[in-house]
Amino acid sequence: MNDRTALLKKIDIPTLIIVLFLVGLFVLAFITGVAVPPLIGDSLRRIGMNGVLVLAMVPTIRSGIGPNFGLPIGIIGGLLGALISMQLGLVGFVGFWVAILLAVVFCLPLGLGYSWILEKVRGQEMMVGTYLGYSIVAFMSIMWLLLPFSSPDMVWAIGGKGLRYTLTLNDYFGSVLNDFMKIKIGSFEVPTGLLLFFAGTCVLVYLFFKTRIGLAIDLTGQNEKYAISSGVNTKKARQVAVIFSTVLAGIGIIIYAQSYGFLQLYRAPLYMAFPAVACILIGGASLNRATITNVIVGTTIFQTLLTIALPVLSQVARGDITEVLRMIISNGMILYALSRAPKEAT
Amino acid sequence: MVKIKNILLSNIVPIVFVVLCVSAIIIADIPINFLVVEIITRITRNSFLVLSLLIPVVAGLGLNFGIVLGAMAGQAAMFFAIDWGMSGVTGLIISCLLATVIAILLGFLSGLLLNRAKGKEMITSMILGFFANGVYQLFFLFFIGSIIPFSTKTMLLPDGVGLRNTVDLWGTLEGVLNNIWIIRMGQYGMIRLYMVPLIIIIVLCLFIFFLFKTKLGQDMRAVGQDMYSSEVAGIDVDKVRIIAVILSTVLAAIGQIIYLQDIGTINTYNSHEQVGLFSIAALLVGGATTRKASIWNAIIGVILFHTLFIVAPSAGNKLFGQPQIGEYFREFIAYAVIAFALAMHGLETKKSMAIQKAK
Repeated sequence: MNDRTALLKKIDIPTLIIVLFLVGLFVLAFITGVAVPPLIGDSLRRIGMNGVLVLAMVPTIRSGIGPNFGLPIGIIGGLLGALISMQLGLVGFVGFWVAILLAVVFCLPLGLGYSWILEKVRGQEMMVGTYLGYSIVAFMSIMWLLLPFSSPDMVWAIGGKGLRYTLTLNDYFGSVLNDFMKIKIGSFEVPTGLLLFFAGTCVLVYLFFKTRIGLAIDLTGQNEKYAISSGVNTKKARQVAVIFSTVLAGIGIIIYAQSYGFLQLYRAPLYMAFPAVACILIGGASLNRATITNVIVGTTIFQTLLTIALPVLSQVARGDITEVLRMIISNGMILYALSRAPKEAT
Repeated sequence: MVKIKNILLSNIVPIVFVVLCVSAIIIADIPINFLVVEIITRITRNSFLVLSLLIPVVAGLGLNFGIVLGAMAGQAAMFFAIDWGMSGVTGLIISCLLATVIAILLGFLSGLLLNRAKGKEMITSMILGFFANGVYQLFFLFFIGSIIPFSTKTMLLPDGVGLRNTVDLWGTLEGVLNNIWIIRMGQYGMIRLYMVPLIIIIVLCLFIFFLFKTKLGQDMRAVGQDMYSSEVAGIDVDKVRIIAVILSTVLAAIGQIIYLQDIGTINTYNSHEQVGLFSIAALLVGGATTRKASIWNAIIGVILFHTLFIVAPSAGNKLFGQPQIGEYFREFIAYAVIAFALAMHGLETKKSMAIQKAK
């Protein structure tokens, strides 16, 4: 009995409401006769698609910086990697892995610069991160027009200059992971490769936090004074955390794009940080505490909710209410986390 | 020498902007007459909104990204005023009154929330803006016409639920304030001064000026400088902060109404979104920081920021042959200015914390 109340106390009220809402949606799906199996397959695809981006939140939260609102910085690195891989005309798994490799190469210096700025503005990381992310997205929008990409699939048909708003990945590395060892039972599909990749990155991050530097990051986040007195270089710990998070964001966007089938440029990455932050918070994380379990639980709940909501709610309500739902749920969750965080942060 | 250097350094943002604006004007080769007309329009249109940001800055809440809520209140009030068949000056006054009521409620709620997130007010108010946008869309896309009665069918989507993307104010509230008293100047009377909005802006400036002379204003300053000492000195910090947010939200609501009557159409789902971003960027361009902002920062900021806004696309076109580059450039500038100001804020906070620790 005591165990049960302890568990209940651990679950946030908003998370509880969201879970109940999800259960309600399933019941509604059952009543209205919406076919559930393909929806579950879709949910699995979206969980794998967004998972790595959510995972990118873990290092910064654990190092005490808070959620990485500067996610677009890493995303830009990932986009650069994917674009160059496409420009080289690489297809299939070769294209995919080259894109990932290049993304990591670009994200390392980006993350380094980002971590340098964040170190200067300790205490205001969330706000500065958000606007640095916005700035780099707007700056790169200019660059997408000016950079010398020339593949006819990528630039505007008329004029032959400047990248298009969305690039189709079908002929390059679109859904290579999704189709890898895909299991198909009737209308129910499991994107095995995608889920394996997500699981693999989760394990990697988990193992990273068992290493020396990983433990140092944890300690820095939990109690900076104690960390310093036990000989941890807290500055370096935060630096590594930010770079790691940026690299994960770069890889994350490639996973996202290959599953989605399109590479979205220009203003598309602008607001990508917020749903990712919301996911991990829904999974039970707070501004200074996060685990891999939070990532998996949060992504599963939020993405399943969004997938199921569209077909089910369109049976009872008019039009696409999911976009509005997404806005209210994700931002409401972030607001809740911001307003309840203990004062120890300041 | 040191003094000059200090003055230059503390005004670096406006100085850089003057240079940017002048070079953009030269590159774009825009006729001065056109530019003057545009800038005057923008001053009448945007100053009120930018001024609504001042009070929270002084009260130590930083940049109130939550003025988006005020803008929503203003818009919502206008929809209902039109639906009730109001037009002209009466319609506008009714809109303002209704907007004020909604904005007081919203301001009170956001004040409560921001008091729970001390030290993180800016990010909280920004996310609050996004959240409120979701609720706004839920109301005006799904509830209007179904749960909330709305009789003007022409403003609704074909199936009678939800507002259309654009609401035309022509014949109802368009230019109501502008047209009361117009002074024409220059060649062929090309330069038109809309006196009533300008007078309202001056009145607001005086109001803000005198507000800070009152007991309440002094309390706000004290709270802005040091919350804990103010608490000790017997000021009800939470209450003062809530009042500051309410004032800001109400002013933003009225500011949005002035803005929209000038534009003439409401983009139901977009008009308010950028209000926070552009107003804040303008204020910062005028040399304000997250802790210090004056009426002059607001006015100068509006002039500089909007000059760049007007000339950037044609400058981009002249330089690179692509007007889009100019568009993305001004967006980049808006974000970068805010990022810079926030980084400076972070630096100062860190420094002052270090000093406090040393004490």
